[in-house]
Amino acid sequence: MTGEAAVLTGFLAAAIRISTPLLLAATGEMLNERAGVINLGVEGAMLAGALASAVGAAAGGAWAGALLAVLAGVAVAGVFAAVAIGARADQIISGTAITLGSVGLTGAIYRMAFGAGGPGLSLPTFAAVPIPVISAIPVLGPSLFNQPALTYVAWLLVPLAWWFLFRSWWGLALRATGESSEAARASGVPVRRVQVMATLAGGALAGLAGATLVLAQVGTFAEKMTAGRGFIAIAIVVLGRWHPVGILLAALLFGAANALQFAFQAMGLSVPYQLFLVMPYALALLALAGAVGKAQAPAGLGK
Amino acid sequence: MTATTLRPFVTALAALAAGFGVLAIGLAVSGYDPVLALGALGRGAFGSWYTFGSATLVRAIPLILLGLGVALAFRAGALNIGAEGQFYAGAIAATWVGIHVTAWPSGLAIGAVWSAATLAGVLWIALPVLLRVRFGVMEVISTLLFNFVADAAVSYAVTGPLQEAKRVYPQSDPIADSARLPLLPGSRLHGGILLAVVLAVVLWLLFTRTRWGFRLKAVGLSPRAAAVSGRIPVKRVLAGALLWSGALAGLGGGVEISGVTYTLFQNLSPGYGFTAIAVALLARLHPLGIIVTGVLFGALEAGAQGMQREAGVPAVAVQVAEATIILAVLLAEVLGRRAAERAVAAEDAA
Repeated sequence: MTGEAAVLTGFLAAAIRISTPLLLAATGEMLNERAGVINLGVEGAMLAGALASAVGAAAGGAWAGALLAVLAGVAVAGVFAAVAIGARADQIISGTAITLGSVGLTGAIYRMAFGAGGPGLSLPTFAAVPIPVISAIPVLGPSLFNQPALTYVAWLLVPLAWWFLFRSWWGLALRATGESSEAARASGVPVRRVQVMATLAGGALAGLAGATLVLAQVGTFAEKMTAGRGFIAIAIVVLGRWHPVGILLAALLFGAANALQFAFQAMGLSVPYQLFLVMPYALALLALAGAVGKAQAPAGLGK
Repeated sequence: MTATTLRPFVTALAALAAGFGVLAIGLAVSGYDPVLALGALGRGAFGSWYTFGSATLVRAIPLILLGLGVALAFRAGALNIGAEGQFYAGAIAATWVGIHVTAWPSGLAIGAVWSAATLAGVLWIALPVLLRVRFGVMEVISTLLFNFVADAAVSYAVTGPLQEAKRVYPQSDPIADSARLPLLPGSRLHGGILLAVVLAVVLWLLFTRTRWGFRLKAVGLSPRAAAVSGRIPVKRVLAGALLWSGALAGLGGGVEISGVTYTLFQNLSPGYGFTAIAVALLARLHPLGIIVTGVLFGALEAGAQGMQREAGVPAVAVQVAEATIILAVLLAEVLGRRAAERAVAAEDAA
């Protein structure tokens, strides 16, 4: 392989690896937003998933970690659902509070379980699984088809979410709920149940996103390690226009922008590294400015 | 006093009880002695005049200033979740100015530091305001994202242009003596407490006695009704509320630099910008109430340090209590609204 091809392969592989947790979290958030629920607790659910995956993986291997992460994400989303859907409290503020609480809870549990110094945990992680034959395609093969299992899970969720939203009765009920809960209720849709289920599903995917971050990307847990990825996922939902395929493309864009960082560093560009740290947030703001207005949010979002 | 005037106090007490209840249960579940831990928390906050003044009140100052900022925006229905970032923007500007005013008389130096911090807070929220007014981007998300940008900006400042002359640690040189606030003798309590109280009173007067305060409230209650009335420029009121909110949070950063740390470093704030949301909500956005809730949460933050020292409980655990308090306040509001609806329905039926 020539040097340039190797750089390109590395770049693509990194872009996809980085985009995977964003894709998972954004797909989940899309489900509850399509049902009219905006959940700012997605950051908290992701963080809880990250810690749970570390605990689970340390005890029973990578898949146990992923499972525990899903449960943790559902638990966090469950608290949000009880307050914001069950009691109909303000969604924005309760979501913010849930994230705040999750930061505290994960930080406290982490320090109690692993000590304040927080030495890097060594966890069993998800190794890359090459898909036979197609992983041998030059450049694309090793970058796209030699990824950890959770990446394939995330990609398979895209057509699945599309089919669910646009081809199944429950998907129709979910979209109807998000557009007009009164009309949906009048036609027999159990509106609150749909919203709760969508929110729990969103939490499950956010938890899995946290697990991906720990078990397929970073390899360890650190306090506040999600660093706003949950909020970026919300921006990705807007940029992807609440559509599974749009969200896949938007997540890839963010992954690519992040992966550029490594490419630039490899080139030895002398700019402050904080500039790269800021890039995803700046990109999210740009995306929001450009996408809002053109994209149509579910009419009942946040109500 | 009637039942209606008492309700906010009962709600606040119930929310506090819920917060501490959850914290106590969490401590018990994790194998700590909740009585010992909460006792340490109490001693860390109120154990002596020194701890109350130097730990609790010192933390209450930024919480009151940021709480006022959050409340100002929330009153207009604009959710500024970026007080943390605006605080840091203010802290950066305050440090930069504070280092350069060595030769100035103290009053002028402090004035310059505070002005710079306030302006930085305004500038830090200006882009989210523009995005909201021009493009309809939710200020919740944009102000949140700017918090992370502020983190990176501080990191850049203390390893780059504002790093100490020795270039050893990622922190700034201390600001000039002239820019430091006077301390209450024998304590670490600084003059910023007066500023916080005065600003709370001023905001209370503005909220209740001026057309501006009325407009804020009208836009907050129903932007559509305010727009339909034709007499309230909704976008301008919203933008103004957010900009002033940023100003207060930025000033909070400046006061912290000029009164407490004198230097800039990362993690200067233990999450004051987020705790300020709880401060504002528990006080029901009432400026005078924010003085009280600011001291309460200052006590919680100070007590958390005591709890960590004495009982070995990680200080971040109190954020769980804070989150519970916010949720409890929201739930109480829902219950209150339902009770009011039921009362109206009962009247209609009669």
